[in-house]
Amino acid sequence: WPVLLSVICSPPQNYPLYIRSIPTENELKFHYTVHTSLDVVDEKISAMGKALVDQRELYLGLLYPTEDYKVYGYVTNSKVKFVMVVDSSNTALRDNEIRSMFRKLHNSYTDIMCNPFYNPGDRIHSRAFDNMVNSMMMQVC
Amino acid sequence: LLPLSESEQQRYSELFSRCCPPPEAAAGGSSVGELFRASQLPPDTLHQITEVCGAKRVGYFGPAQFYIALKLIAAAQSGFPVRIESIKNEMPLPRFMALKNDSEVRYGTPAELHGVKFQVPHATLEKNSYKRTDEGDKQEPKSPPLSPICSPPASPSTYQRIPLSYGYGKSRSGLEQQHAAPYEVRHPTHQQDRPSSGNYGAKPALASSTLNRSLSAEREQLESSTHYSDDPWRITEEQRDYYINQFRSLQPELNSFISGSVAKNFFTKSKLPIPELSHIWELSDVDCDGALTLPEFCAAFHLVVARKNGYQLPETLPETLQPEYLQAASLKPMRDCALFDSYSELLPGSQQARDFSRTEKASAEEVPDNSALLQDAKKEDKQALKVSTPLKTIPKEFQHLTVKTAAQESNVLRARPRSRSYSSTSIEDAMKKGEEPPTPPPRPQKSHSRASSLDLNKIFQQNTQAVRSGWLPPPPPALPPRPSVSQTEQVSEVELHPQMNRPPSQAEENSSAKKEVVLTQPPSKPTRRKLRTEAQGLETPELSPTINVTSSLPAVKPHLPVQKQSSKQKRAIQTAIRKNKEANAVLARLNSELQQQLKEVHKERIALETQLEQLRPVTVL
Repeated sequence: WPVLLSVICSPPQNYPLYIRSIPTENELKFHYTVHTSLDVVDEKISAMGKALVDQRELYLGLLYPTEDYKVYGYVTNSKVKFVMVVDSSNTALRDNEIRSMFRKLHNSYTDIMCNPFYNPGDRIHSRAFDNMVNSMMMQVC
Repeated sequence: LLPLSESEQQRYSELFSRCCPPPEAAAGGSSVGELFRASQLPPDTLHQITEVCGAKRVGYFGPAQFYIALKLIAAAQSGFPVRIESIKNEMPLPRFMALKNDSEVRYGTPAELHGVKFQVPHATLEKNSYKRTDEGDKQEPKSPPLSPICSPPASPSTYQRIPLSYGYGKSRSGLEQQHAAPYEVRHPTHQQDRPSSGNYGAKPALASSTLNRSLSAEREQLESSTHYSDDPWRITEEQRDYYINQFRSLQPELNSFISGSVAKNFFTKSKLPIPELSHIWELSDVDCDGALTLPEFCAAFHLVVARKNGYQLPETLPETLQPEYLQAASLKPMRDCALFDSYSELLPGSQQARDFSRTEKASAEEVPDNSALLQDAKKEDKQALKVSTPLKTIPKEFQHLTVKTAAQESNVLRARPRSRSYSSTSIEDAMKKGEEPPTPPPRPQKSHSRASSLDLNKIFQQNTQAVRSGWLPPPPPALPPRPSVSQTEQVSEVELHPQMNRPPSQAEENSSAKKEVVLTQPPSKPTRRKLRTEAQGLETPELSPTINVTSSLPAVKPHLPVQKQSSKQKRAIQTAIRKNKEANAVLARLNSELQQQLKEVHKERIALETQLEQLRPVTVL
């Protein structure tokens, strides 16, 4: 059930632009998870080489014996990373759904970019983005 | 100790007398508290103000304390910190919302007030407006501050009904507020008031005459609060004109749009905090392309104004601020006429110059960027005319390609499927409307740009299916574009084959590619319909031969089955030939312009691709 979503900006800083999780307790644990998953993401990026694959998945590399959750990653053309952590018990979530969620995220992110008042690298406060993320997470839970 | 301008003196004394019934020397705490709350500042600010003004120290609100407090309130409302130094600044009068007052005061005073005040504010307004023109600031239009909390008063809307007087009566309960409103207008902190000064100037005569009417109407309206008067999100005519003027100052081309950076600079001048501006942008840039078309701009401006007046920003864009709504409402009077005038001007058929100007416009509106058109297409717009405005956005979008590529692509992908049928129906609607109205200032580009980009879209996307279906109602698709007049309109289109517009020379037309016939169907249809009303005779005889010809093979040229039409045919053919030549020249020029644009697009694309390559990670060997 727990789901965490975060948008992390491009290197070199890799700091999060947006983090949202449901439920909101244990957030720190999720933050930590996201942080560690970034390494895996970077590794995959460099491994990919020329082929710029948009959607990749992180599986099991972050599965701890005590906790079971899956971490999914997605990278945009501008090296912005989306990381999603979902509970493994949520087996209903299929790959396609994850991909579509990332696609929606990417679209919303693009819309935010179009806002001239948004400076890339700022935290994301867009209400439209929030609404979209909320609705998405509601769907999952 | 405290420099007060005349207006401030007046206002403050009124407020003071309200709060503290004479002969007492100090203002009653409760009424002061009420007044302060009505200023809508946060409570801690109010506490701070109370402290700074010295009332806490002396224990009561004497005149000095009260005046200082009022000035501090004004400062706080303008965004200055609550300090003693702030009161030295010149600032607008403090605004108090939702002050309850006697209705007599409310209704009684407007009469005198406006009679007295209009001359004064008018003069000063003009002065101020010219002073601040160069700043090009964001404007606070004439609408007096609206009370966000209390329900009915919505001066912009009431503005529509009864100019100024009602608005004042409604939104400002009490003398001081009515005073304040023109004064506020006079001393806008960050705002300009050029158009509103114009409004005021125009209105005084009206106001006095309408006052009596308005006063009674006010009462009625107070009771029956229609959605109209309740809606602070409804843009009044004056406001719209004002916004349009502002738009013009940023972007002379009304059909084009303002880029994100330009809009950002402009709205930043309003001194709203960036997150709020960001939210306003989010609300108003409906198609998320990083640019504001005219209706989007009006919506954004209106939101800024509302926010400055204390309204909370809505979570979603109110219906009255939606671009379709705005365009339908606002553009109808302007564009309608222009559009129809251009169509009616087609009839004389002698406007070479106009043709060329139109084609220039058309060529300027390249297809590669459909987002403007598609933006409109995306919206469920029943009004046809809306299409015309976004078409003009195409050249601008073109220039901002680098900024909005991603958005464009997503927009294009999203909206493209819907644009076809939508735009075709819109032309039909436009033409239907074209039958009636008077002939206003000519804006030929509108129709033609739309039509031309329409056709261009079709050509590039080969979406003739939608077109065909959209156009089925009138003549069958096989009919070539008909009357000679239609060609002048066709000329502006970005048709790559000149002949297609030529009318009764069906032979020639039929010899050209069939698809062009279909493609020109839409533009020709409106003119055809219009012509029908004007020149029935011309149409009908040509109709039959056309039908006959097209029923047979298109390639069959001179063998017209109907012999008695042949002489007419000949004449028509000759006319057609002449016009074909003209069209050829125009189209050749159009072609060259388009080639030029294509080159530019290629250049930009190459630039983008190199950028992309640079951004890609270095490949690990």
